[in-house]
Amino acid sequence: MNTLFDKIWDSHVVSLIEDGPTQLYIDRLYCHEVTSPQAFDGLRARGIKCLRPEKIFCMPDHNTPTHDQDKPIEDPVGKKQVDALAANAAEFGLKHFAMGTHDNCIIHVVGPEKGLSLPGMTIVCGDSHTSTHGAMGAVAFGIGTSEVEMVLASQCILQQKPKSMSIRIEGELRPGVTAKDIALYLMMKLTTSGATGYFVEYRGSAVKALSMEGRLTLCNLSIEMGARGGFVAPDETTFEYIKGREYAPKGEDWDNAVAYWKTLYSGDDAVFDCEVVYDAADITPMITYGTNPGMGMPIDGSIPMDTAQKALDYMGLEAGEKLLGHPVDYVFLGACTNGRIEDFRAFTSVVRGHQKAEGVTAWLVPGSWMVYDQIKEEGLDKELEAAGFAIRQPGCSACLAMNDDKIPAGKYSVSTSNRNFEGRQGPGSRTFLASPLTAAAAAITGKVTDPREFIQ
Amino acid sequence: MKAKFNIIESTCIPLPLENVDTDQIIPARFLKATTRDEKFFGDNLFCDWRYDKDGQAKKDFVFNQPDFCAAPAEGVHQILVAGKNFGSGSSREHAAWAIAGYGFRVVISSFFADIHKNNELNNFVLPVVVSEDFLAELFSTIASDPQMKVKVDVPAQTVTNTVTGREEHFDINGYKKYCLMNALDDIDYLLEQKTKIEAFESTR
Repeated sequence: MNTLFDKIWDSHVVSLIEDGPTQLYIDRLYCHEVTSPQAFDGLRARGIKCLRPEKIFCMPDHNTPTHDQDKPIEDPVGKKQVDALAANAAEFGLKHFAMGTHDNCIIHVVGPEKGLSLPGMTIVCGDSHTSTHGAMGAVAFGIGTSEVEMVLASQCILQQKPKSMSIRIEGELRPGVTAKDIALYLMMKLTTSGATGYFVEYRGSAVKALSMEGRLTLCNLSIEMGARGGFVAPDETTFEYIKGREYAPKGEDWDNAVAYWKTLYSGDDAVFDCEVVYDAADITPMITYGTNPGMGMPIDGSIPMDTAQKALDYMGLEAGEKLLGHPVDYVFLGACTNGRIEDFRAFTSVVRGHQKAEGVTAWLVPGSWMVYDQIKEEGLDKELEAAGFAIRQPGCSACLAMNDDKIPAGKYSVSTSNRNFEGRQGPGSRTFLASPLTAAAAAITGKVTDPREFIQ
Repeated sequence: MKAKFNIIESTCIPLPLENVDTDQIIPARFLKATTRDEKFFGDNLFCDWRYDKDGQAKKDFVFNQPDFCAAPAEGVHQILVAGKNFGSGSSREHAAWAIAGYGFRVVISSFFADIHKNNELNNFVLPVVVSEDFLAELFSTIASDPQMKVKVDVPAQTVTNTVTGREEHFDINGYKKYCLMNALDDIDYLLEQKTKIEAFESTR
């Protein structure tokens, strides 16, 4: 009761269905090309239009190649999907950030960056990592295609109200420990289903100390603990980030918005359905060894003896084995998890003065054109080039093997993305999830390496 | 039109694995379809577990074993029984389309991931949550008698292992139960709510 989750959720309730779900009003719907075509077909079949087209933004990202975006997509099936989104947006009068334009890229990077995702909003998208937008102080969650159709048609969704969970992380993070490590640590502790049925509020001094980029990474991974979403109450860090962004309120609207946003916090008397507290000092750089994101450990740890044999067989690993020193074939920096400017700064800080290891293929993929431009402005691209790395064009890239960037069967990648499921980065690919710092350390040594070796 | 739910009594296909994620249920490369062709998705359900890279059936996967390879039909293999935390990961509804497309009408597990559970319900596949004990006993009954049947009584909200006689109540809210039993979907409902939506908007 009286949690921030209650405040936001309750202020969006249109009606309560007796012995049923809540009819919840949605402030922002994002559509990408993979999970929306069948929803638009549904509207056509029913002969209806979008109720509130101005609240809906579309952009392709999953199929987007990370090279030659000015040319048509080579894969005809992927091209058809991207073209279908453009056609649907035009037909239904929706804003569309087309591939090849500077507005386009990963929804979960672009939405916050453009000031489209704001505190106090309800935000949905047919994508489980919609939880990312929770970093803005919003209730944001992934939905299925039928639910996308509901929102297109009625700007509402029918949902059971989730329970509330407080995850507090108190104290200071140690050097070399990032928001990604916090998330991997939480998944190790809570498992991939530990927060199922809950909406998480991240709290505590270590969370408040995170930059917006860090909070976006942390909230992004809420779904990997099973939570529908996770958010951080908005504060000065949030307001500072939003101010002046393209779609952010301006002038008097800005003052009114901030005044409202300042009311968005959990009361001292807030009662959560579940509360956990962790000490930031207990968290070390983390890495996964298995086939779900909960199968993680401190980077210098040993694979637990009770690890499922199916996962070990897939990964080509043995229980009790350490991962430090394990050869790495690919390194992927990017995705909606770690494709932001801070991630590129972190990666560069480690590789500066070193060279990419021979035999490692490294894909460095900004999450948006804004990130891409900022990398250039800050001269990070020059430093990365000097170390043997190249920046690719923005997109979802090797996170999920729907574009050209796929990890070959049997190869090992250290990846800053969000999932290490079997085949996630390409059929037979083997993924170690880790932070940008750990990815950078692997990229220059060619093996799993503790990033603290490279941090002053 | 989807079939209305009432009582389903069927043999089952067991998948005693935990944390089966939606990337396994339907790998990402099948997400490029722009239509809702359930047969296409059903044909590719668990594709990388069912088939090797040359498209040959993997004999060790349960769907390809003699006791379980028959296609679902009335009373036959309409129920998938899976380990806990079924459907975790990606929100892709294609996973629910694949399960429905294969011919399953019910999935039994001790725990479902949230988004996938909603996706199943929105595609007229009923997720039935049972206790760990019930699930363990059910896997063991199927192992000794692959022809055994489970009875899922939607009006009574009960699930029964017809060999051991063990019965459990399962939860489903009254609204969804009504939708399943009458083959109605949420969009039909929401489209009737326009006045309420406009009234809500005018208060903001």
